Amino acid sequence: MRRRWANAAAIFCTCEGIPAVADGADKTPLSFQDMILTLHSYWSARGCAILQPYDMRVGAGTFHPATTLRSLGPEPWNVAYVQPSRRPTDGRYGENPNRLQHYYQYQVILKPSPADLQEQYLGSLAAIGIDPLLHDIRFVEDDWESPTLGAWGLGWEVWCDGMEVTQFTYFQQMGGFDCKPVAGELTYGLERLAMYIQNVDNVYDLRFSDAVGDVAAVSYGDVFLENERQFSKWNFEVADTDTLFAGFKAAEEECKRAIAANVPLAAYDQAIEASHLFNLLQARGVISVQERANYMARVRDLAKGSCKAWIDSQSERWTAKYPGWTL
Amino acid sequence: MTDFLLELRSEEIPARMQAGARAELEKLFRAQLSAAGLEAGDLTIWSTPRRLALIARDLPEATAAVSEELKGPRSSAPPQALEGFLRKTGLRQDQLEDRDGVYFAVIDKPGRATAEVLAEAIPAIVRAFAWPKSMRWGKESASSESLRWVRPLSGIVAIFGEELVPCEIGGIASGFATRGHRFHCPGEITIGSAADYAEKLRACHVIVDHEERQAIVRDGAAKAAADAGLTLVEDEGLVIENAGLTEWPVPLLGRFDEAFLEVPPEVIQLTARVNQKYFVVNGADGKLANGFVCTANIDAKDGGAEIVAGNRKVLAARLSDARFFWEQDQKKTLAQHAEKLANITFHEKLGTVADKVGRVAKLAEWLASEGIVPNCDPALARQAAELAKADLVTEMVGEFPELQGLMGGYYARAEGLDDAVADAIRDHYKPVGQGDDVPIAPVTVAVALADKLDTACAFFRIGEAPTGSKDPFALRRSALGLLALIQRNNLRLPMNGAIEKHMLRVKTDFAVSHGQSALALVDFFADRLKIQQRENGVRHDLIDAVFVLGGDGDIIPLLARVKTLQAFMATEDGTNLLAGYKRAANILKQAGEVSGTAAATPPTDADAALLAALDAAEPAASAAVAEERFTDAMAALASLRAPIDAFFDGVMVNDPDETIRAYRLGLLSRFTGAVHGVADFSKIEG
Repeated sequence: MRRRWANAAAIFCTCEGIPAVADGADKTPLSFQDMILTLHSYWSARGCAILQPYDMRVGAGTFHPATTLRSLGPEPWNVAYVQPSRRPTDGRYGENPNRLQHYYQYQVILKPSPADLQEQYLGSLAAIGIDPLLHDIRFVEDDWESPTLGAWGLGWEVWCDGMEVTQFTYFQQMGGFDCKPVAGELTYGLERLAMYIQNVDNVYDLRFSDAVGDVAAVSYGDVFLENERQFSKWNFEVADTDTLFAGFKAAEEECKRAIAANVPLAAYDQAIEASHLFNLLQARGVISVQERANYMARVRDLAKGSCKAWIDSQSERWTAKYPGWTL
Repeated sequence: MTDFLLELRSEEIPARMQAGARAELEKLFRAQLSAAGLEAGDLTIWSTPRRLALIARDLPEATAAVSEELKGPRSSAPPQALEGFLRKTGLRQDQLEDRDGVYFAVIDKPGRATAEVLAEAIPAIVRAFAWPKSMRWGKESASSESLRWVRPLSGIVAIFGEELVPCEIGGIASGFATRGHRFHCPGEITIGSAADYAEKLRACHVIVDHEERQAIVRDGAAKAAADAGLTLVEDEGLVIENAGLTEWPVPLLGRFDEAFLEVPPEVIQLTARVNQKYFVVNGADGKLANGFVCTANIDAKDGGAEIVAGNRKVLAARLSDARFFWEQDQKKTLAQHAEKLANITFHEKLGTVADKVGRVAKLAEWLASEGIVPNCDPALARQAAELAKADLVTEMVGEFPELQGLMGGYYARAEGLDDAVADAIRDHYKPVGQGDDVPIAPVTVAVALADKLDTACAFFRIGEAPTGSKDPFALRRSALGLLALIQRNNLRLPMNGAIEKHMLRVKTDFAVSHGQSALALVDFFADRLKIQQRENGVRHDLIDAVFVLGGDGDIIPLLARVKTLQAFMATEDGTNLLAGYKRAANILKQAGEVSGTAAATPPTDADAALLAALDAAEPAASAAVAEERFTDAMAALASLRAPIDAFFDGVMVNDPDETIRAYRLGLLSRFTGAVHGVADFSKIEG
């Protein structure tokens, strides 16, 4: 059937064609850490500041203030970083080959979103060894929404041979405020990508680092299997719920105090804290369906309040630097 | 006559929005042209994930020149009138024509070049385009007024004949250049005209015609399956979606581990379809086989081997999740799952789903024990109702809400529960809409009926009746389902009493009294029934004529009576009887209060004949109605036709003798009464 159409075409394609991806047939696929290093140098070469992970427990790279707060306001902002992400309810005691309560996201923020964002992104896939004429790369509709951040955007989940490897989003709102200008956000699921590139079926079998000389290679399981066992147990069975509830309340209060004191960055830390404690309470199964919406609304209020305080603290500077910019 | 090509290129447009976008493009293009005085004529509209294209054939080079004539003031009118007219037309006085003392302005509008019209139309179309969801992007989005599109708009091709139609919107200028397939031919390609557009794209691995891509997906998927000795499970929704996700669709067959087939086939199909957009296939035995068809967007260098391997791995991970849910869910009985329903709010004013289940169980049991649903074991009805909602808290239904009911059915059977119970759990949501199967298995009928009746009672109890276009709890659809269950199974349900009784079971603090809400619900069902009957071609006046008689809300005899009445009214007896009835009713109405003593005996033979006919017909009709022999009831009425005609022909009702008049009015009153015993003929038109 394909041939039929090719023959039917009387004219031939005159375009330049895609730049050839280095033939990887004889090359060992990148280790987990080399994949990260490759992405770092790829995005660094495109003007991104390479940040370090935020030093708090968060559910996704989007919670890093470098995304949440910095996607607000008129200033250009181009950064890339790895963010360890914790999803307590996804823990499987190290027994599921695909699910983890702690994993890594690679996050890229480009504000304003460049016209060739898709091409830049596809270039990064080629850089880590994915050949788009061998693998089926697809942009499938996925509207992103974070109820706890009061944020939404439009974009896609990017599929590679049917597997979602990246969330690609044009932020429209953050903390309930319009993003002006819009930032493009790329969130790579690092373990999934690595499993794909290394062709392994179990996340714990991933090559984390390669053997060098006498030093043996390290697997993902060597690094994290025991963590998954212990943290799954703590998340689901051990964590003291009274302490968690009290912590939630304390973070909520402290966030409000920090907002009142006009230190929005510190306030936002407390919003993140409350959000994570809420996730832990969910894993402990002590939040009923009815209460769930209520807790989410409380976290959202903290995030929105922090965003608003951030805007208030910066808008004088922003409007001086970018005349004509309005909220 | 010249052809026009427009291509609006964009980052990937969601597949589900493409059909709507084509319609929107056509609508806006026609509107723009017609506003400029051009007929758009024959349009071809195509879509791919990365472009919307429109070809308008045989457009004229220019719009026609028009001469517009405006009538002005009389030449004798005050000067202010003339000044106003000159201002309005922009002309000088010497340019006006004076025709018999009236000024006329003749304004010649030369034709406009079509290219110019198009250059203005394109930005207007882009700005007015209505997407289900649209967004801002790029540095322009620093302003609130920046262009909105479904995803970033990346290029415009606009060629009239072989000339560029120059236009610009949101920083994007029109040109001759487009792009081919994202991976096969990502560079720029130059389009010459509408004539070479599709073929040039085809050479660059883009099939721009969505219908052609759909055919490739449809036929290619079927062939991929057939080549492996399998049969594709057709799914037109998937055909359209995959064609909307690809510019160069290549269907590929893959296999998954046979061990997954222990999971119910609906689960496998849903996992493959919803999460991965794959087709599934059947084996020679007609059962689901361990194969799938995915649709790639490239002609892969290796023929697709890597793509199939990758997709197979993803599907395996999905199916292991599904199997995990399937096994996990079965570690508990449905009764154990059902305990969790106490934690799920049904509605904030109506308590939990467990509360609802309790009510439905009582109602279902009652429907069975009263024999309203015949041949139904009350204990089984109760058990099925108690377990019917348990699957809502299973992992599988949490993942795939559309499997509600179905999974409960599977789990019930796996647990070894009675087949009637498992079937009832599976099918109790039915019928979901018009055309859906209406259950007939007794236990299923009892649970389905109880569930729907309870939902209606519950929401009416808290004052949430549908109003106008608002029906947030889909009560109208639910009512239709309930009526279909009753009619299909000939259930003799005295609805009024049942509603009143069940309303008491709904516990709420809400202020509407149960009696009031019961009355409102009875009216609501009567309305839905009338609408349903009308849609089925039953005369609305005949429905009224029967419904006005009231009753206990048992709709089966009501509908039988309407049906017989409709047949009767189509006969000569029927129409003549109606004429006689109307005449009698008129006379009675004019007579008002009858005064005076009636004669003791029939004054004439005609009176005697009618009296005899009434004496015979009245008991016959009322006995027939009581026994629901409505044809016999109509026959009894028909027996009155000749005597009433003879009566009107032979006597004068308003006899000067008061006692005779009173006697005859009495006869007529008995006559209309006899007729009313069967149907209120005053409601019948004709």
